[in-house]
Amino acid sequence: MDKKGPTIQVRGLRMNFPGKTAPIAVLENIDLEVFRGEFVCIVGPSGCGKSTLLNIIAGFFEPTSGEVLINGTQVSGPDPQRIFVFQENGVFPWLTVEQNIGFGLDQLSPQEKAPIIQRYVDMVGLNKFEKLYPRELSGGMRQRVEIARALAANPDIIYMDEPFGALDFLTRLKMRTDLTRIWQEERKTILFVTHDIEESVQLADRVIVLSPRPGKILKDLTIDLPRPRDLDSSAYLETRDEIFHTMGMSLRVGSDQDSPGGSTAIESGRPSTASL
Amino acid sequence: MKRWLPVLLPIVSIIAGVSLWDLVVVLSHTDIFPRPHEVLLAIGELISRGVLFNYIIASLFRVGVGFTLAALVGVPLGLALGWFRPALWAINPIIQILRPISPIAWIPVAILWFHVDDRAPIFLIFLASVFPITVSSIAAVQNIQPVYVRAAENFGLRGFALFRRVIFPACLPQILTSLRIAMGIAWLVVVAAEMIAVNSGLGYLIIDARNAGKRYDLVVAGMLMIGLIGLFLDFLIRQLETFDEVKWGYSQRN
Repeated sequence: MDKKGPTIQVRGLRMNFPGKTAPIAVLENIDLEVFRGEFVCIVGPSGCGKSTLLNIIAGFFEPTSGEVLINGTQVSGPDPQRIFVFQENGVFPWLTVEQNIGFGLDQLSPQEKAPIIQRYVDMVGLNKFEKLYPRELSGGMRQRVEIARALAANPDIIYMDEPFGALDFLTRLKMRTDLTRIWQEERKTILFVTHDIEESVQLADRVIVLSPRPGKILKDLTIDLPRPRDLDSSAYLETRDEIFHTMGMSLRVGSDQDSPGGSTAIESGRPSTASL
Repeated sequence: MKRWLPVLLPIVSIIAGVSLWDLVVVLSHTDIFPRPHEVLLAIGELISRGVLFNYIIASLFRVGVGFTLAALVGVPLGLALGWFRPALWAINPIIQILRPISPIAWIPVAILWFHVDDRAPIFLIFLASVFPITVSSIAAVQNIQPVYVRAAENFGLRGFALFRRVIFPACLPQILTSLRIAMGIAWLVVVAAEMIAVNSGLGYLIIDARNAGKRYDLVVAGMLMIGLIGLFLDFLIRQLETFDEVKWGYSQRN
């Protein structure tokens, strides 16, 4: 394995979903490389196919054409080396917090499992909640359990599909801070899908901007801001605005100027098939 | 005051119901239908003759065996059919044709196959409860949140491990609900099942008391015992739903 080379390679990827009359093109000509230890965000408007793209890269869907390579090998399905964190929360409700976190460690003895579980309980800040069931936790805590479960399995790559989408604003800010800290400690490769431009600029080394459906890569932007990121700095604001402009959105709510393409294009067309 | 209402109201309504029963019997001048205290005396008579306890045990034994067999067949069959689509396509028509046939319609067949020993009523109770359990277990697998299966596959689970660690626990709340419903049905058919010439059980008591001298006090005593024991069985099986492993499935009913 070449340590310098890309760990994820997407080549000429297209995806069509069956439509009522003709197939619906969801993704067109996606070429993408993600390097080891990178934190990459994919942003795009609702229904642009970003979630579909992540599911294809993770091996849950097969693309219509094109290929996905992980360390040079073609992806043929999901794999424990690459754990997916689900938008709708995939924590198992019949297991306690610690049983969930240890779920991917089944081949280990209880004595080997315990310190690993403890380490990730500590890392996501769930001490004293180990014996509780998911239904007894808040939405943010459940998402922490799922992130800890992914980390405990020690994968090379973590895929995150709008993991903080269902959380309130303050919880989301806290989760971003904690995720950045965890990523700095663990140095996993993270591919993170979001519709939240600010979230992508706060988190990522690189932001990939997708167009409305059919999704194409509009921009591949390196975020060179030092961490922890100052959300008031002009460099942060400029980067954020650049992405807003790339997506054809105005930053002035209520104004009709300065909106090439118009923000109406952003919300147009949201077939249920494409928001998987 | 409010705290006592859940206890007080049932007591009040039971007293009112029994009083109404008594009133109607007295006003109608019937010689056949018993008054409430006569039913209590009949229960006392059954206890002193030493048959009540034996009859309850006999009925519980038949329902217990028939129901357990139904659960042992219905749960695995339903889970398998829910998971393997082609198996469902093949087997489901047979289930759907057999399901609407009342267990009572099977009585002649049961006598033909098992004569008149305990196996005939057990077979009828099995038939009554196996279909609801199977059909609910199929639905339980089909209603699993896809995210649980995808997460499990992501962690490399396949085959029996996938089934044991994710499919089964994900279905368990709905399976327990189906067992509870099936237990109700099994107990419901115990009278019909004991109409076959067995000579014990609460169903036999009712048929026998009617045939041998129109002892309607004993008939109603048998009916009352069936009702009370049914309530108790439902209470028992409900306790399973309070375990932490399944409680998540009933959160809306807290």
